[in-house]
Amino acid sequence: MTGDEACAEGALAAGCTFFGGYPITPATEIAERMAARLPRVGGTFIQMEDEIAAMAAVVGASCAGARSMSATSGPGFSLMMENLGLAVVMETPCVLVNVQRAGPSTGLPTMGAQGDMMQARWGSHGHYEIIALAPSSAQEVFYQTILAFNLAEKYRTPVLVMTDEVVGHLSERVVIPDAREIQTVYRPRAKGRKDRYKPFEPGERGVPPMAIAGEGFAVHMTGLTHDERGYPVMSVECQEQMVTHLVGKIRNNLDDILMTESYRLEDAEVVLVSYGVSARTALATVDEARERGIKAGMLKLVTVWPFPEDEIRRLAQRVKGFVTVELNLGQIHLEVQRAAGGRVPAVLAGHCGGTLISPDQVLDAIEQHFSLSRA
Amino acid sequence: MKTSQAQSHPLDPLLRTDRIPHIWCPGCGIGTAFATCLNAMKDSGIDLVQTAMVSGIGCSGRGAGYVKLDSYHTTHGRAIPFATGLKLANPKLNVVVFSGDGDLLAIGGNHFIHAARRNMDITVVCVNNFNYGMTGGQVAATTPHLAKTTTTPVGNPENPFNAPLLAYASGATYVARWTILHARDLTESITEALLHPGFSFVEVLSPCPVNYGRRNRIKPMDMLKIFREKTIIRNDARPTELDLDFDKGIVLGKFVHDTDRPSCVELYDKTCRPQER
Ligand code: SF4
Repeated sequence: MTGDEACAEGALAAGCTFFGGYPITPATEIAERMAARLPRVGGTFIQMEDEIAAMAAVVGASCAGARSMSATSGPGFSLMMENLGLAVVMETPCVLVNVQRAGPSTGLPTMGAQGDMMQARWGSHGHYEIIALAPSSAQEVFYQTILAFNLAEKYRTPVLVMTDEVVGHLSERVVIPDAREIQTVYRPRAKGRKDRYKPFEPGERGVPPMAIAGEGFAVHMTGLTHDERGYPVMSVECQEQMVTHLVGKIRNNLDDILMTESYRLEDAEVVLVSYGVSARTALATVDEARERGIKAGMLKLVTVWPFPEDEIRRLAQRVKGFVTVELNLGQIHLEVQRAAGGRVPAVLAGHCGGTLISPDQVLDAIEQHFSLSRA
Repeated sequence: MKTSQAQSHPLDPLLRTDRIPHIWCPGCGIGTAFATCLNAMKDSGIDLVQTAMVSGIGCSGRGAGYVKLDSYHTTHGRAIPFATGLKLANPKLNVVVFSGDGDLLAIGGNHFIHAARRNMDITVVCVNNFNYGMTGGQVAATTPHLAKTTTTPVGNPENPFNAPLLAYASGATYVARWTILHARDLTESITEALLHPGFSFVEVLSPCPVNYGRRNRIKPMDMLKIFREKTIIRNDARPTELDLDFDKGIVLGKFVHDTDRPSCVELYDKTCRPQER
C-alpha cells in the first residue's frame, strides 16, 4: 500500500475515532481511506469547508474525547496553523499529518519536498514546543502515525507527522501487526472531586489530567493566557507560568520523546543527518561512500522536533563533520550547524524540491568539504 | 467581605461566580442576551452536564468564560467548526455556540453557511451589536448602511447582512430574531432552538452604547427606544424581508421552524454507517 494508505491504517490501528479533513494533493488519499473506514468502526469522518474548519473540528472533537486527526499539505498546513496553536494552548491531543509538497504557495502540488520543517516548528504564532515525526517509508508511516497518537495523548499536545509526496504515494509492502501487538496510550483522565479539579494543573510528567466534555467537570478552556483553572489572566506572571509549563512539558521529557536511528555511526568520520524520504538517499550514500573508503554514517531523525541537539553535540566531539540531507535549501541544516557549534563543519546537501536528492550530490558534498582518511 | 442574601442570583448555579465582575461595559446588551440564554437552558430541561458552550472572539465571545458548564473560548470565527467537532465526537452533547456578529458572520461566515447547509445539530446564538466592540468599534458585516464606525468615519458605504435570510438560504432549520428587549420571546426562541434537532439560529439585536451608540450619537436609552419603536414582530415573515434597516423598520420573530429535515448526525449515521438488517 502507499504511504498515505498506511497512514490511515496506522491511525485506525491507533484507535483514531475522528477525522476532519479537506482535500489536497498529495494528502487526499488519507482522507479518502478514513472516509470509507471510520464509520465502519464507530468513528466519524467529516470533510469540512476549509482547512481552518478542519483543524478547529479536530480540536473540538478531541475535547469531546475523540482520538482526533487531520491530514493536509503545504497550503492547508498554513491554514491549520491558527488552530494548531489553539490545540497547543488548550493542551488538546491530536495528530496532524503534512504530506509535504514543494512550495512556496501552490508550488508543485504533485511533487515532494521537505520545505515545511521550520513551519512545523514555528508555524503558529507565539512561543511553544511541538513534536514532529518524519517517516521515510510506508511502513514507517504506519508505525509513526501510531506513535504520533500515543505521544499526543500522553503529553496532551498536537503531534505532527511530516511525510512528503514521495513517501505518501510510494507503494510498498506494509506489514500490519495483530491489533493485540499494538500499544495504545490514552490521555491521563480527570479523577476525583469535580469541584476541586483544575484542568491545567500539571500531573505526572507535567501533563494535566484531562476532563472531557460531558463528564460533569464543567471545564473552561480558552486560547487566552490562563491559570490552572483555565481562567484567563492577563498578567506577565501568568504568561510566564503558562508558557513555561507548555514548553517544559516537552523539554523536560526529552528522554522519553526524542528518537533517532543510526546506521554505521560507530566509527564514522562524516555523519549524514537526515529524516523522512531523504534518509533513504542518505542511507544509500553511506554504503557508497564506504565502498569508496570514506567512513560515513547516518543519524536519522525520527523526531525532528524536538531536535536531538545533545546527540549532535556529542557527535561533534568525535567526528570530522556533518552533511544534512534534506529537500530544501537548509532548514534542519541550520539546527545541525547550531548544535555542532562551529567545532566541526556542517554542510548541506539539499535542493529546492520536486525530486529526490541523488546519492551523487551527497557524495560530492562530502568530497568537496571534507578531506577524509581513506580506509 | 460579608456576602448577603441579596447578592445571590437565580442563575448563580450556572455561572462561574468567581469570574464576576464580567468585562461587559455598563449599558451593554450582551449580559441580558447571555442571561436569557442561560434561562432558556434551564427552562428547556436539557441535561446541563451534557451541555457545552462554545464561543469565538469578541465581547460576546466572552460568554463561554462565564458559564459553569463545559465551555470553550476558541479562536476568532471558529466557534462553529469547533462545535461541529465536539458534537460529532459525542452526539449526546447539546452544543450551544454563543458569539458575536463579527465572529460568526464575517471571519466565521464560511463556517456559518456550511454548518447551516449540513443542518449540523448545534444552536447558534448570535449577539448582533452592529460593530466590532472589543476592538473599539469598527465596521462589521452587520453595520447598517451609512452608520458611523471608526473605520467608516463618514458612514458605512456597504450594506449589512440579513442574517436570518443567510441562515435560511444556507439550510438552517430554525431561524429567529429578537432584541434584548424582547426577553420573553427571546427565551422562548432559544428554548425552542435548544430542543430543535438540526441547525438553529437565533439573532439577538443588542446595544453597544460605548462604541456603536456613541459614534452614531444614539444615547443608551434611545437605542432601546429604537429597539421598541423601529421593530415589528411578524412571525413567519418572508426571510427576504428582514433587512437590517432601522428607517424601514426591522422585522423580528420566528421565521423558520422545520422539523422534517433530518439533522447532520442522523443523516451521517443513516448514510455512512453499516445498517443492521
Ligand atoms: S464594547 Fe460594546 S459590545 Fe463590547 S462590552 Fe462594551 S458595550 Fe458591550
